[in-house]
Amino acid sequence: MTEQLDAGLVARQIAESDQLSDPSGVREVGRARRRKEDARLVTGRTMWTDNIQLPGMLYVAFLRSPMAHARITRVDVSAARVQPGVVAAYAGQDLADEQGSLPCAWPVSEDVVIPDHPPMAVDTVRYVGEAVACVVATDRYKAADALEAIEVDYEPLEAVLDMTEALAEGGPRVHEAGNQAFTWKFAGGDIEAAFRDAPVVIDRTYVQQRLIPTAMEPRAVVATTDGDAFTLYSATQIPHVLRVMLALTTGIPEHRLRVVAPDVGGGFGSKLQVTAEEVLCLLLTRRLGKPVKWTESRSEGNLTVHHGRDQLQRISVAAERDGRIRGVRVDLLADMGAYLMLVTPGVPLLGAFMYNGIYKMDAYDFTCTGVFTTKMPTDAYRGAGRPEATFAIERAVDELAHELGLDPIEVRRRNWITHQEFPYTTIAGLTYDSGNYEAATDRALALFGYDKLRAEQADRRDRRDPVQLGIGVSTYTEMCGLAPSRVLGSLSYGAGGWEHAAVRLLPTGKVEVVTGTSPHGQGHETAWSQIVADALGVPFDDVSVLHGDTAVAPRGMDTYGSRSLVVGGVAVLRACEKVKDKARDLAAHLLEAAPGDVEFTAGEFRVRGTSEGRTIQELALAAFAAHDLPDGFEPRLDADATFDPENFSFPHGTHLCAVEVDTETGTAKIRSYVAVDDVGSVVNPLIVEGQVHGGIAQGIAQALFEEAVYDSEGNLLTTTMADYLIPSAADLPEFVTDRTETPATSNPLGVKGVGEAGTIASTPAVVNAVVDALRPYGVHDVPMPCTPERIWRVLGGGGGTGGSATGWAGPTESEGGAR
Amino acid sequence: MIPAAFDYIRPASLDEACRVLGDAGDEAKILAGGQSLLPLLRLRLAYPAALVDLGRVPGLRGVEDRGDHVFIGALTTHDEVLRSAVVREHVPLVALATATVADPAVRHRGTFGGSLAHADPAGDLPAVALALDCVFVARSGEGEREIPAAEFFVDYLEPALHPGEVLLGVRVPKLGAGWGFHYEKFHRTAQAWAVVGVAAAVRVEGGSLEEARIGLTNMGPAPVRARAVETALRGVAPAPGGNGGAGGSRDPLRDACGEAAEGTAPPADLHAGQDYRRHLARVLTYRAVRAASA
Ligand SMILES: Cc1cc2nc3c(=O)[nH]c(=O)nc-3n(C[C@H](O)[C@H](O)[C@H](O)COP(=O)(O)OP(=O)(O)OC[C@H]3O[C@@H](n4cnc5c(N)ncnc54)[C@H](O)[C@@H]3O)c2cc1C
Repeated sequence: MTEQLDAGLVARQIAESDQLSDPSGVREVGRARRRKEDARLVTGRTMWTDNIQLPGMLYVAFLRSPMAHARITRVDVSAARVQPGVVAAYAGQDLADEQGSLPCAWPVSEDVVIPDHPPMAVDTVRYVGEAVACVVATDRYKAADALEAIEVDYEPLEAVLDMTEALAEGGPRVHEAGNQAFTWKFAGGDIEAAFRDAPVVIDRTYVQQRLIPTAMEPRAVVATTDGDAFTLYSATQIPHVLRVMLALTTGIPEHRLRVVAPDVGGGFGSKLQVTAEEVLCLLLTRRLGKPVKWTESRSEGNLTVHHGRDQLQRISVAAERDGRIRGVRVDLLADMGAYLMLVTPGVPLLGAFMYNGIYKMDAYDFTCTGVFTTKMPTDAYRGAGRPEATFAIERAVDELAHELGLDPIEVRRRNWITHQEFPYTTIAGLTYDSGNYEAATDRALALFGYDKLRAEQADRRDRRDPVQLGIGVSTYTEMCGLAPSRVLGSLSYGAGGWEHAAVRLLPTGKVEVVTGTSPHGQGHETAWSQIVADALGVPFDDVSVLHGDTAVAPRGMDTYGSRSLVVGGVAVLRACEKVKDKARDLAAHLLEAAPGDVEFTAGEFRVRGTSEGRTIQELALAAFAAHDLPDGFEPRLDADATFDPENFSFPHGTHLCAVEVDTETGTAKIRSYVAVDDVGSVVNPLIVEGQVHGGIAQGIAQALFEEAVYDSEGNLLTTTMADYLIPSAADLPEFVTDRTETPATSNPLGVKGVGEAGTIASTPAVVNAVVDALRPYGVHDVPMPCTPERIWRVLGGGGGTGGSATGWAGPTESEGGAR
Repeated sequence: MIPAAFDYIRPASLDEACRVLGDAGDEAKILAGGQSLLPLLRLRLAYPAALVDLGRVPGLRGVEDRGDHVFIGALTTHDEVLRSAVVREHVPLVALATATVADPAVRHRGTFGGSLAHADPAGDLPAVALALDCVFVARSGEGEREIPAAEFFVDYLEPALHPGEVLLGVRVPKLGAGWGFHYEKFHRTAQAWAVVGVAAAVRVEGGSLEEARIGLTNMGPAPVRARAVETALRGVAPAPGGNGGAGGSRDPLRDACGEAAEGTAPPADLHAGQDYRRHLARVLTYRAVRAASA
């Protein structure tokens, strides 16, 4: 019923939006506009990188290591060179003197070890899938065939797969310097005091399994040169960062290198990277003087797109008997994989400030050790560090509630920052500017029917129903809108966090917006148009947004960390304000009034108290004609602006999940899911809704479905979608979504960012629900993903190797937890 | 993800197909919907010299009511099977299982015959063919022959077809009045293959099971006819009260289904270990028989 109403609401919002044909006087910001870019994206009538065809184009295929760890003793590409259609074939050795090392832009600590990372392995391979040779041929089929003619001799070395073993003395080493990449510590308050004589201590270890980001569009690269300048097309989230990094690593001067991100079909962080393939394609076009293209296959992608998560989390919570939290201690092992890529070591640290969640406490202590293994490197994946942190604290708070016999909502109420306390500086040193956890939680409880579901749960427990019901809570916050440049500097990050925009009125009154953000599915063209339409009083359809090409949008920091609207959208607004100021001066001049007497409403400048006015379109033409301009006025209505936020933004919300666990088969099925998010002010509710839905799906996927599995020799077993299971709409429940709105105070739009919130919130809600269903069996954890087999084993199936449960412990023991 | 080079041949008649296939011997592979064969080629797990596409061969596609049985042409797509009123009315178990195959896109290309000729123990239709005692009709240059289902599935991806022999279609017996059917598939996502599946056909008389036929999906290198449980089920009442005996009194049906994994050699893979598959076979057989008896 509720779902139906909810779906109806969105449909109505769209219908209303579509009906508003004359937008003058109606605010665009806040309307559920359908996305203007979607028609070309979903019909494929657009320029994806793999669609690009250039004259004389050659195709690249990579031979990849079948060994997790080995010395390369010989590579012979000579037989491949004479295969039909083959233009060139190279081994790593052939490129050694010009390929450089792939960059790591986040040297997190003094002790960080950043190993040399050749794009193509030269003498050692350190993960299955690492490129060892390549073929360039006249079509991709010939290139793939010729790979089979390459001979490589490997001298196997021992694989390093387990983080704890990797840190032990005397074992095999991934790199000369050892397997520890860095240690990083952070503390606030007196942690010893918090734990000393604490009446309750919850001590848990959670495994954040390794995930494979799976964007709809696989990675693809096209590189071309005219012999002097280079253009790289790539399915990337970060054309600007990429250009700088490629200039630094390849020696191609920055002003001779253009990077283009055509329309890009999803990234989730996996395209926030400087990849081996991008560097190698540039080198190949430089050597061969012809355009080259490489497009990965899905299996190649599973092996070599950087992976996500993979942390071993130990979390301890010290609390009073009434549930009040005294302190939290976190000890993290983070799997770096074989090398440090663009922001690999920084990802776990983005969570370092979040393990305290929305709670007040006296002390906090965080240690992270980065560990090298012979696996694909990890790096940013939707949420990057914050989903891991949120999972640990939200799981631990549920454990605390169970331990104390309190309702999990009640324990949260006793600890969270109340809405009167904002702005609030947390024990981790962040200042949360605004929020209202009570409001979001109350709304979520009402939509969910919390009490009724608890009653049903008790009934099923009493009946010992083979299908048990569990209820999971997640009251999350996160830090996003990356980021204040100064803060990034203090964390040793290699760049700033500002964003750039340019807005120009064309002679006919239409508007072009240039943004430094690089959308890859988020809908910036629509949202930015809404912001501009309101700010300049022009119709929504009169705005077009240019992005993703360093020759067109020369300045920017790109799209990740839910930053585009919060930083880039604000830059657009600021540029509009500047344009408006210029237009006001021109209007005042033409109307022979003082600028202070000129008012702006709905696209028209008027002298206060008169009907004399000029529309912004008229002013655009007047500026272009330049017949009658104020002294010193340049003949254009345009402006540039950058925005560097003073703080992160902190979306929050309450997610509630009800799961039915079939104890006979072990299947966990989500019965209902309610998400009430507070992402601050909303520019386009439809886009927010889409981000929330996709985010929740991705978080549920971690909880129940996805896991990258390596075997004992370091071979990736989940190389196809038959083995790496991604849920589709058919596997997910309808989500009931709603919002509360407490505007951010750190930016003029009041927006907080919504790209990652759903993913961050949902994983612990689902796992909490699964565990809650199984409490009567004495179960206190199910490792992720909570597959049917794992649940069966936790319940004692097959001898119970997967858990500690000893069978039904009786409903009485669990009553405290249930009520 | 790019197959090695191969020749492509598209015969226009069955005679031509048999001739071409006879000449090529082991080197050629028959192509139907390509939904199983092409993935093998793309992963370079198979290197046939030629593909012989049956798509233009007339007479291999369609469903026919032939009195005591339904004949399903090998090239009939899963989607066509699902839309067939004859299938739904006379051999509903085929429809029930086909509805669980993959997703609509795959069902529009993949064929009934291809699914069986592929002899994948994880496919949903082989267990059904076994449970229903279907008869396979095949033809080669040597002529036409019939192969009973019990002899058709030799081993993993190995049907009893000779190289170059074309499966023309399958006779699916109508079991007649008094029979109930169910296909219970256990899989992790909607479009995924079965971890385990159970095809059940049962006849209930006077409140107890007179006859039960059980086929198991993905419980061995070939689909399994679960004879032990069929015997154990005879005479058992399929509809006890309450919660099916999960917590309370003994349930003879559940006891009988304890035999479901007898004699099986299920695979162990990422999705399930052997012991879990055996457990699932018992639980799912129970559910399948309950549903088929209802
Ligand atoms: C994503 C995906 C999910 C799937 N999920 C399922 C599932 O859940 N359950 C399931 O049962 N199946 C599933 N399938 C397989 C699907 O059912 C295929 O349709 C079927 O396995 C093969 O049929 P086909 O017509 O595509 O055969 P092809 O792929 O063309 O051929 C398969 C094999 O059979 C041989 N062959 C085909 N036709 C004949 C013939 N007439 N005579 C002799 N030999 C022949 C071929 O030579 C080949 O060896 C899935 C496939 C995909 C791609």
